[in-house]
Amino acid sequence: MRKPGISVIWIILLILVVGIIPALTGNIILRETVFLILLYIALASSLNIILGYTGYVSFGHIVFYGIGGYTAFVLIDSFGTNIILAMIAGGVVAALVAYALGQAILKLRGAYFAIATIGVNEAVKALVENLEQIGGSEGIFLNVNVYKAYGGAENALWLSYYLMLLLTIAVILTSWYVKNSKFGLGLMAIREDEDAAIVAGVNTKTYKCLAYALSAFFPGMIGAIFFFKNGNIEPVNAFNLTLSIEMIFMVMLGGFGMVSGPFIGAVVYERVRGILLMSEMFKDLHMAISGVLLLLVILFMPRGIMGYVKDKVTWIGRYLE
Amino acid sequence: MSVLKVENVTKRFGGLIALNNVSFVVNKNEILGIIGPNGAGKTTLFNVISGIYPPEEGKIIFDGKEITGLPPFKVARLGIARTFQVVKPLSELTVRENVMVGACFGKENMDLESAERIAEETLKFVKLDHKADMLAGKLNVPEKKRLELARALASKPKLLLLDEVLAGLNPVEVSEMLEIIERIRKSGVTILMIEHLMHAIMNVSDRIIVLDYGVKIAEGKPEEVANDPKVIEAYLGDPNLVLKLGRGESGASG
Repeated sequence: MRKPGISVIWIILLILVVGIIPALTGNIILRETVFLILLYIALASSLNIILGYTGYVSFGHIVFYGIGGYTAFVLIDSFGTNIILAMIAGGVVAALVAYALGQAILKLRGAYFAIATIGVNEAVKALVENLEQIGGSEGIFLNVNVYKAYGGAENALWLSYYLMLLLTIAVILTSWYVKNSKFGLGLMAIREDEDAAIVAGVNTKTYKCLAYALSAFFPGMIGAIFFFKNGNIEPVNAFNLTLSIEMIFMVMLGGFGMVSGPFIGAVVYERVRGILLMSEMFKDLHMAISGVLLLLVILFMPRGIMGYVKDKVTWIGRYLE
Repeated sequence: MSVLKVENVTKRFGGLIALNNVSFVVNKNEILGIIGPNGAGKTTLFNVISGIYPPEEGKIIFDGKEITGLPPFKVARLGIARTFQVVKPLSELTVRENVMVGACFGKENMDLESAERIAEETLKFVKLDHKADMLAGKLNVPEKKRLELARALASKPKLLLLDEVLAGLNPVEVSEMLEIIERIRKSGVTILMIEHLMHAIMNVSDRIIVLDYGVKIAEGKPEEVANDPKVIEAYLGDPNLVLKLGRGESGASG
């Protein structure tokens, strides 16, 4: 196993430095902003494993965020499970669902797979909306007493923040390790030419399913933290296709298949979105403007911001991955 | 001693019989050539051996073990590597990574470090070592052909299936490639190759089998096959080629 190089260390350091500022200053507004950036980075980097490394466009990837969120929420609400355990359970359930689902839908290639994943998201959403046991379409609210175990709501919010920080670093490290492993080489071979990969000896079906499960594991945990912090979960928020599209957007914007791509894509997207939402003129148009931005990136920088930088500035290439 | 035994293999696509009761044996360390007009079933035969299509009837025995119906990645891991007629470079990966894929997932099942070492050696062997860090998509056609060969070789196969590795090469590149193929054979690898370039396959093969409409119509030493009336008949659409075949000169079938 290779040791993490400078190409991933700078990302981790940056996340740590920015992540620690809200904790030092106690600035709650800043904490919320950084929480959202971390959530975006973690979601986009997870998606990158199946989208960027393996070449399968999981359009409805948000379904795993929702599944993880619901799993954790029900555990916390009904059994008083600790958030850390509930988070891990959310991740594991999401990964298992993805692995099983992958057996069926990862046979599909190209647009067919993408459409199938949207179908899965919508189907799960409809299912949850009709399951009265877990709140149906109105969802569930956490009893405020749940937070007492963590020293009150305010402490629970900080705990969620630190968990998200840890999780984001874990996702970046995982993303780097996958890319620099034999497993990752197999995934990239599948992305480039699945027929060549299988004839070269790559167990394509298992590899694809494992990649799908891994890329669902983290969103499952992220969903658990988000909804624990939120105090409320409902199908519209848990299985929100817009967030799914935003995830793809961030990966493409930053550069798919690169470790640093989703990181930069998520940060840029969050900032652009923030500025647009604040502005009187553009606040209702932020998705439209983001769409135009993505169009421009795909037309002029098909490998994303980081891919473009890596191609143009050769000396920096060694530090980007 | 046989490395590969193909026994009464039949492969149908709907009403089309692509391979009809084909049987032959590949002996250890020989180069067996497969020729035949377009649509004769040569590539289908490779696809059946490498596990891409299971045959409807018949058996394939590799190294004393039946491999009929095994998925392609298992066949590869047992020690059969192949190249594709239309090259399949992993374009966005470097040349070195392309070859590492073969080493990592083929018969030897290596870790990344050993695979990298083997990749360097193999690239030297096919004279691509100076382009190891280039993206595979940026290579020209002859280089892509050599890369395809290197990826197959890096898995240290016992049997190598070459599907028209000479097609599209100029005469100099052809003789370079033939030299590489001879060296591969000397290193102890058995080779089964499909080729349209007659003079090349006649020179390099120990034996040749001829397919026509999915049926094996001849088998033997190159000169025997070239003079076989059935083979001449199969190629008769092109009388010039028949003459050339008889004289053992260059020529390609249509």
